[in-house]
Amino acid sequence: MSATVKKFLYLNRKAPYGTIYAWESLEVVLIGAAFDQDVSLAFVDDGVYQLTKGQETAGIGMKNFSPTYAALGDYEVTKIFVEQESLQERGLSLDDLQHLVWEDEDEDYAEKDSIALVSRAEMAALMDESDVVFSF
Amino acid sequence: MSKLHTVNKSPFEKSSLESCLAHASDGAAVLLFEDGIYGGLRGTAAAETVERALASVKVYVLGEDLKARGFGEDRLLNGISVVDYGGFVDLAAQADAVQAWL
Repeated sequence: MSATVKKFLYLNRKAPYGTIYAWESLEVVLIGAAFDQDVSLAFVDDGVYQLTKGQETAGIGMKNFSPTYAALGDYEVTKIFVEQESLQERGLSLDDLQHLVWEDEDEDYAEKDSIALVSRAEMAALMDESDVVFSF
Repeated sequence: MSKLHTVNKSPFEKSSLESCLAHASDGAAVLLFEDGIYGGLRGTAAAETVERALASVKVYVLGEDLKARGFGEDRLLNGISVVDYGGFVDLAAQADAVQAWL
């Protein structure tokens, strides 16, 4: 463990597939997971579309990277914040998103939810508390 | 003069859809594809604008892009039709001109 642990926030604001941002963010998160830092993921605005369940991309000839979000827990990326207002504006609810979990080894590998639904105000506070924000 | 307008941007990120619908003449066709498909979904902040436009223009969504993003046809606003890539070509061929809203 390094001497100073910084709070990293990956800010995701783009829909998947239309641009490369969502996929690039996921790649950077997975690479960054190798370094012991305090990592949080934020899904705001069109970023919430990245987490929708049931994505099937065969028809558009692109890689479906949505199953990778389910692997984040194995990389100890367990704090995923989704903004309630962003979902609402898009006619979505938590039920439209993948159910992402992680296993807590301190509690006999109990399965815990990775996604926390937060308000815009809470999201703003989360941004303020972060040392570094990576924007995608 | 019947035109096919195409929109491939999310209505929450760009004003492409809003501007397209404000400029499309009666009887025109509007095809939502790529991130444009989000504009065809029910219950969104953009739905009212699209519903109003449906009275004077025909709106289509590219099914492959809808499916890729995790949505079924049941999530679309009433009055919107789904087309596949072949249908996209047909719409373009039937139209006098195609106008893209990037």
